[in-house]
Amino acid sequence: MWTFLARRLLQSIIVLIGVTLISFISLQMGGDPTYLFVSENASVEEIARAREALGFDRPLYVQYLSYIWNALQGDFGNSLSYRQPAMDVVLQSMPATIELTFFSLVLAIGLSIPLGIYAALNRGKPVDGGIMTFAMLGQSIPNFWMGIMMILFFGLYLRWFPISGHVPFLEPLFDGDFATAFGNLPRSIYYMIMPSIAVGTYTLARNARLIRSSMLEVLQQDYVRTARSKGISERRVVIHHAMRNAWLPVITMIGLEFGFLLGGVVVVETVFSYPGIGRLVFNAINQRDIPVVQASVILLAVIFILLNLIVDMIYARLDPRVKL
Amino acid sequence: MADNTPAPSSATTQAVGGMATSYRRKELRRAFESMVTSRWALVGMLILLIVTFVAVFGPQLAPFDPNRQNIMMRLLEPGEAGAGDLTYWLGSDQLGRDVLSRLLYGARVSLLVGVAAIAVGGTLGTVAGLVSGYFGGWIDDVIMRLGDIQLAFPFILLAIMFLVVLGPGLVNIILVLGIGQWITYARIVRAQTLSLREKEYVEAARAMGDSTFSILFRTILPNIVAPLTVIASFNVAGVILSEAALSFLGLGVPPDVPTWGSMLSESRDHLLSNKWWMAVFPGLAIVFTVLAFNIIGDWLRDFLDPRLKENG
Repeated sequence: MWTFLARRLLQSIIVLIGVTLISFISLQMGGDPTYLFVSENASVEEIARAREALGFDRPLYVQYLSYIWNALQGDFGNSLSYRQPAMDVVLQSMPATIELTFFSLVLAIGLSIPLGIYAALNRGKPVDGGIMTFAMLGQSIPNFWMGIMMILFFGLYLRWFPISGHVPFLEPLFDGDFATAFGNLPRSIYYMIMPSIAVGTYTLARNARLIRSSMLEVLQQDYVRTARSKGISERRVVIHHAMRNAWLPVITMIGLEFGFLLGGVVVVETVFSYPGIGRLVFNAINQRDIPVVQASVILLAVIFILLNLIVDMIYARLDPRVKL
Repeated sequence: MADNTPAPSSATTQAVGGMATSYRRKELRRAFESMVTSRWALVGMLILLIVTFVAVFGPQLAPFDPNRQNIMMRLLEPGEAGAGDLTYWLGSDQLGRDVLSRLLYGARVSLLVGVAAIAVGGTLGTVAGLVSGYFGGWIDDVIMRLGDIQLAFPFILLAIMFLVVLGPGLVNIILVLGIGQWITYARIVRAQTLSLREKEYVEAARAMGDSTFSILFRTILPNIVAPLTVIASFNVAGVILSEAALSFLGLGVPPDVPTWGSMLSESRDHLLSNKWWMAVFPGLAIVFTVLAFNIIGDWLRDFLDPRLKENG
């Protein structure tokens, strides 16, 4: 177990170095990066001063090492539009994004499991066809368009849900104000329903197909047939014998899906004017606020890598066949 | 050393060539029959044909210049007639441009980006996978670890990071989306190459003194085209979705090139005034195109390798 942990940690560190390298290269790809940090009307002297102040006049390897050193301390420079450290700006938006991503994941996984199992148990019947058609459609609809359609129909036409905004839950929770946090929770969920459906539908559809397929495979195994031949109820066979093994590919998917959801959140947040990291990135793109874009991307990558590490550990614990 | 292998007679060559043609014809017929029996595949292919037709003949079909602004005709509802009795069948946008014409031109960009990005990513990934699987050792390690790093964080973030610095542009988006796909192909090609390199016919090619290039691209590659085709079909769908998302964020192609994603982006500011047509039609175009590629991908997977069928 410890060898496995050490190996995965080492891999994660290499990946993190790779992420910072890609991020650094992306900065250099457009030519002299100084131009990204100065106004369009800056004079030659001002540009030269900025180049020196930002350290872009040094050799590339020195720049990269100093970039890594600063990144390790969460220092990505000051935001060009907020005039405060970029990482501070990003961290302020993070709780809202975590809430939305987590809620979308719960929604997607929570619905895909019963749908996938139900479709597998009714293989070939109309209900199976219906679920699979829904899954195929769910994988073909852009999440941001689904958001727009929900705003038009459920928000503006039926007026069932708010079309924008957010009620914080994690922020007061982190501040130790539990009463406010849990008091806010119902409204927080209410505001997140439409955005999380938009973010989570693709994952829901893909997982429903995966779970159906995984269940069908497991249901054909000898040990399931043995369990059935022993006269165990179908419910018990499904829950205790089949599902236990069908879980494994799903757990791996959850780790990967979280990253996918984070990507989706970036786009969907802009549709719902949701005050998370996605809208922040969108505004930063429009204002060419490079430090904020880089800090956001690196932070999301770190979260993604850590989550995958945790998922791998859970996987190794659940399935002793996994080589440690 | 004298070559003692008897040269094949022209009759033999003709017979082999004839058999190959007849086999290809039989396979084509099998594919056609399979598509007709699977109704979904037929629907997918029909949608794809329509989208391709629209992409090719968009300029001839479009009633207006997609970039022609007419402030007097702004935000017309679908079916409303504009000046000169020309009807705006799908309405007009905030600058008085015809939504239908922009939609028709947008098909061109979506398909072009989808296919070109797959060509870039597919070529890179296939070469990397062939080299990685055939040579193994440190080359394999380096290529696969590079892929691990890329897969270790969400692709859309990677694309944002590069495009925000490089700036929007058709070539930039094709390159970024293409490079984002290479590892998918590399992994599949590597796995297939690993098993194929031990096969007798590859051994035979090696013994005959074929060059490594010839073994990789003439002996191994033709045998791994099937899984690549399936992946490519699903990938085009994914790339079209990514392009739409990036255009929606303002990182796609320049504003004067109409794309479905940028049309959706522009529709955001007019949602509250219920100008639904600006959002509904480009979105439907994306959904149908992506759906068609997904359906064709599913069908191709089942047709080319029934073992991979989703137990359905």
